[in-house]
Amino acid sequence: MAEKAILYDATRCTACRGCQALCKEWNENDEVIPAVQGGVKERNRGSYENPKDLSTRTWLKIGFNEVEHYDKLDWLFSRRACMHCTDAACVKVCPTGALYRDEAYGIVAYNKDICSGCGYCADFCPFDVPRLDGNRILGKNKMDKCVLCTQPGLNRLEIKQEPACVKTCPTKALVFGDRDTLVATARQKVAALKAKGFTNATFYGEKELGGLHVLYVLNDTPDKYGLPVDPKFPSTATAWQDIIQPLGWTVGGLTLLGLAFNFIIAREAKMTKELPGKAGKGGKKHVAE
Amino acid sequence: MTNHWNDIANSDCTLVIGGNPAENHPASFGHIMKSLDTGGKLIHVDPRFTRTSAKADIYAPLRSGTDIAFINGMIKYVMDDMDKNPQNYNMTYVTEYTTASFLINTSFKGPVELDGLFSGYAGGVNETDGAKRTYGKSTWTYQLDDAGIPKKDKTLKDPNCVFQLMKKHFARYTPEMASKVCGTPLEKFLEVCRTYAATGKIGKAGNIMYAMGTTQHTVGTQNIRAYAILQLLLANIGIAGGGIQAMRGESNVQGSTDFGLLSHILTSYLKQPQNTDTTLAKYLERTTPTTKEPNSVNWWGNTPKYMVSLLKAWYGAAATKENDFAFHNLPKVHAGKNYTHIALYEAMEAGIIKGLWVWGQNPLVGGPNVNQERKAQDKLEWLVAVDLWETETANFWKRPGVNPADIKTEVFLLPALNSYEKEGSVTNSGRWIQWRYKAGDGPGVAHDDLWMMDKIARKLKELYVKEGGPNADSILKMAWDYGEDHPDVHKVAKEINGYNLTTGKLVDGFPNLKDDGTTSCGAWVYCGSYVEENGKEVNRMARRDPTPDTYNIGLFPKWAYAWPMNRRIVYNRASVDLDGQPWDKEHPVIWWKDGKWTGDVADGGAPPIKVDPKARNLPFIMTAEGHAKLFGPGMAEGPLPEHYEPWESPIKNPFSKQQYNPAVIVWRAAEQGTVDKYPIVGTTYRVTEHWQAGQMTRNLPWLVEMQPEPFCEMSEELAEEKGIRNGDRVIIESARGNVNMVALVTKRLKPFIMDGKIVHEVGMVWHFGYTGLATGDSANLLTPHVGDANTTIPEYKAFLVNVRKA
Repeated sequence: MAEKAILYDATRCTACRGCQALCKEWNENDEVIPAVQGGVKERNRGSYENPKDLSTRTWLKIGFNEVEHYDKLDWLFSRRACMHCTDAACVKVCPTGALYRDEAYGIVAYNKDICSGCGYCADFCPFDVPRLDGNRILGKNKMDKCVLCTQPGLNRLEIKQEPACVKTCPTKALVFGDRDTLVATARQKVAALKAKGFTNATFYGEKELGGLHVLYVLNDTPDKYGLPVDPKFPSTATAWQDIIQPLGWTVGGLTLLGLAFNFIIAREAKMTKELPGKAGKGGKKHVAE
Repeated sequence: MTNHWNDIANSDCTLVIGGNPAENHPASFGHIMKSLDTGGKLIHVDPRFTRTSAKADIYAPLRSGTDIAFINGMIKYVMDDMDKNPQNYNMTYVTEYTTASFLINTSFKGPVELDGLFSGYAGGVNETDGAKRTYGKSTWTYQLDDAGIPKKDKTLKDPNCVFQLMKKHFARYTPEMASKVCGTPLEKFLEVCRTYAATGKIGKAGNIMYAMGTTQHTVGTQNIRAYAILQLLLANIGIAGGGIQAMRGESNVQGSTDFGLLSHILTSYLKQPQNTDTTLAKYLERTTPTTKEPNSVNWWGNTPKYMVSLLKAWYGAAATKENDFAFHNLPKVHAGKNYTHIALYEAMEAGIIKGLWVWGQNPLVGGPNVNQERKAQDKLEWLVAVDLWETETANFWKRPGVNPADIKTEVFLLPALNSYEKEGSVTNSGRWIQWRYKAGDGPGVAHDDLWMMDKIARKLKELYVKEGGPNADSILKMAWDYGEDHPDVHKVAKEINGYNLTTGKLVDGFPNLKDDGTTSCGAWVYCGSYVEENGKEVNRMARRDPTPDTYNIGLFPKWAYAWPMNRRIVYNRASVDLDGQPWDKEHPVIWWKDGKWTGDVADGGAPPIKVDPKARNLPFIMTAEGHAKLFGPGMAEGPLPEHYEPWESPIKNPFSKQQYNPAVIVWRAAEQGTVDKYPIVGTTYRVTEHWQAGQMTRNLPWLVEMQPEPFCEMSEELAEEKGIRNGDRVIIESARGNVNMVALVTKRLKPFIMDGKIVHEVGMVWHFGYTGLATGDSANLLTPHVGDANTTIPEYKAFLVNVRKA
């Protein structure tokens, strides 16, 4: 079967956020706010953008970026969710195999039942997407992220339906289909944008990390949309999977805990420096509010 | 809408002004996108850079309340360009299809001569006596020949012809003046003019989309008049991709208007009877227009057929020729009295109105000067609120700051079903009447509106029989038979369509309605929606056949039913020349071929003007003139749009001494804010995530999470001046009240530079209130109790405020 992908054409997106709402509704992530009179935890922080960040209950979020480019003001909208990388760091570091590459669709699939809650995926994701609640060292909680509507019982792909976010998009800013076809479409769209005067128009996702399964048509460079310009597969992820992790298992629980703790702190500092797109944990926020 | 949603894809240029479709009509944006895909342009004119502006080719800012200065400036640009480049315009259309050539009464005078006023005003400039804030219209008339037909000069040279009067009137609206009054940068204004005027060329189509940003002004109706004049000069009415689209804010608000929701109309735009209509004949004489224009269709000349058929639908056998078809059973309004929202709440406060039935609306969030309206409601003896959730209106007796024990109103809350929990029709902005089916059961004891109305009507009849009462016949004689247990919605739909009472069969189309009592019809424009075909009853509203139309311009004639007569583009006869050949052969709406009309359902139906010069075939069939009215004598404040400042304005009107609309009703003169105390322009609006007064969305967690609180958008410049940071709480005050909101400091609002003077504007969402999951202040605590001179729609969109850090 041909690999699938979502094409997000930012120049068509009106940020109506039907996708963001329906993602929650379809995937039953709607309990975040208690439905009682006057009981709202959320606040407006001087932005249309809400909630503040992705979470275990927010797998998709539209960003709003005010920029001045091409001699005029623009309001750029950007979709933030799992990119379903081909060379997915999260898959590489996942110790239990909960995260794996789905050979049929090419996406990063997830077997939540065997997630140990270690949080390595969150640490190594170049796009800062996976989220865990609570204490990741104790591994109490499970990770959550977009699985392209393949949750057991809520799997839209297996019944030949497009993901919920695509279904609800009124302007066809989101399209689902064979990746090869969408790559060709995206190339044409970007060429057309360049011809229209958007000289920095970018097709994002074709080659990044071996090819993303969420493709972006942008009228400017990715940074203007809050996307990392050149996302890299973290070299430390290889080390983690191939050397440190097996070692950890053999040395025993206590050693593992100590190693992990040290490693996480050291790498955290390193990643903030190396990967601007990963900033966010104390670094510069990459989506304007 | 003159056209319909799908037709927007045919547009070469869409001008959105006074609207924000990306945010408030998100599905509509798919159609706009289609027009952009094929090289169309999008212009957005708005005080704020919104999600619509983000997708526009050109964004032009304008200060709230200055649409007329902007559009009049565009009209002047077009008229000047017509002189220089007539080949770029469809002058035949202007001469033959509009009143441009009509000669006007030589005594008529306009703002050029009368310092902002038109001839016939009862008062003086800036009149304060309410009784004198009105016009006598004896000079707003055509010159007639001996046969009573308006005189014309088709060379458009006569100084008293409408075209020349317009030239004189619009001459003052230079680009420099438009820029100065609107605060639009001059070059940006000219770019809009150049781009949009290019749609005047034969074969090009420009489309104007508007919503409440246009209407909710003291000059709201004139704003739309200005759009109409511009579109007529550009020959953009009646053609594919053209027209003027009122984007309705609710899924079925077109339907509710069609069914007489407003106080001045019955169903299908028949005029509301008034106390001076002592007989049906007198009512019909007052409301049926006549014409001497030989080729005018004058469709409203059919009023008697529609009115009599309506009375037959409502009163059945009790409506006979002898008793004026039970006309006397209809309630009458007092001539000259105002029955619109503001007037109703003023009457409530005065203790005149003692009971209120609020059906699927939430005026205590949505009403203007809502503090006053909340207090007015305290005086009611009883209130019935019908809704899906408890609303601010239903909960007014326990709102913050009041002691429930002090309020004596008896309140009834009737839980309703939502549109997916019941069957029926929904009419969209493009006049498509689409049947919907019940998708699921509602909660608890919730019922649909029809069930409730049926129960109430039957109970009322029972009580009148038992106890009697004034005007008993109005209720007792009413034909009411929709089934026993649950009323049958199909019976209602068929009554709306109408019957031939002789044969008992459904009527197929309003040309078959009669004024002699032999037909019934609940809403004449819906006649044809539920008919008999080959001996079987067919609900045309339920059709879902996507077969394209003859010329494949997106009409989808077999999809549902469009009023009137399944016509998808109204005034479509203006899309063809005098021979019946389309101006735009790539997107023909109708086409006279082999002795008949092809394509859309042609307006009227008579052959083209040159094919049958004696037929009634002028294209604008709803005007007595048969021509589109560039000169509009029906308007309250003048036959041509003139710029007046909003009731509360930061500047003196640069066009004349007349500061604001000379014909508006002022209820609360003392509550007019002044620029020394309130120097900032305020405006209100909605966001995608919430719907109207919020009762449907402020209870849904997904939507509340995305927009949890009311906010006030302001420019970085104003924020700096006031020491406000993004995300701070701020207090916004007007002469009516104050609100506490989150400051949203943005580049998307910029101060207006007008004649060297800086004027700031802030914008606030109005969805919020004190009930539901998400609460907060409604911006309507600030808005004034003043409305448009023709419709009294409140001036929500432009008023004065001040802002400070909380």
